[in-house]
Amino acid sequence: MCYGAMHRACCTRRRFILLSALGMGSLLALPRPARATPDTAAAAMQAIVGDAASRVGKVTLDLPPIAENGNSVPLTVSVQSPMTPTEHVRSVHIFSEENPLPTVAHFYLGPRAGKAQVSTRIRLFKSQRIIALAALSDGSFWSGSAEILITLGACLEE
Amino acid sequence: MAKALIRVPAEAKQGETIEIKTLISHPMEPGVRRDNMGQIIPRHILNRFVCRYNGEEVFRADLFPGIAANPFLSFFTVATDSGELEFQWTDDDGTTQTETAKITVA
Repeated sequence: MCYGAMHRACCTRRRFILLSALGMGSLLALPRPARATPDTAAAAMQAIVGDAASRVGKVTLDLPPIAENGNSVPLTVSVQSPMTPTEHVRSVHIFSEENPLPTVAHFYLGPRAGKAQVSTRIRLFKSQRIIALAALSDGSFWSGSAEILITLGACLEE
Repeated sequence: MAKALIRVPAEAKQGETIEIKTLISHPMEPGVRRDNMGQIIPRHILNRFVCRYNGEEVFRADLFPGIAANPFLSFFTVATDSGELEFQWTDDDGTTQTETAKITVA
């Protein structure tokens, strides 16, 4: 058998076999998309917090403890703040520890919000911890988290 | 144009904190699913939402594939003056959709 161009590109039979094995390896790995981990979620949070410190508190996540379906899970995040021009929440960031992407949403509020509360519906790939990080006008960062059990994850294959 | 539902109180007292709810139809394709040929379905989501009250931005959201299809957002703002609230969604393809709602502040 003659591999022609393929042979020239691969130079040796051994290397060709190695490359095909690698190719097959990546094919096998295909159904598994890149995944967020608690580490990547922490890194995404760190990118927002920077050199400042973030403390746990002030942020409440309202998430059902169990969801049958991860495709659409209601989430409400609220932050204790008087929401005055001098003391308010600047932004709220939502992170996932197990979804394909660690960042779920960034919400930008301001003193005109009146109440630091945002609701949405999120996709959850599997049971995991959801973290919310709030940036306050005084430069401090506060976070809160909630655990959720997912019976059936958000569909990744179809 | 995607169908959008917006709920804003028609009337409010000055200084009252009002809740705004928005819902828009959009697949929010996350870009990790595969079709039956095994090909990745390309990401196609609404990546930004902005709410302006008489032209001033009062709420903004950056959305990611982790937001469920037909994105729902609910948030609060203080009723300051009578006028118009503008809601704008930005799609990955660069198009935007804008909806408005009137409010009367007593």
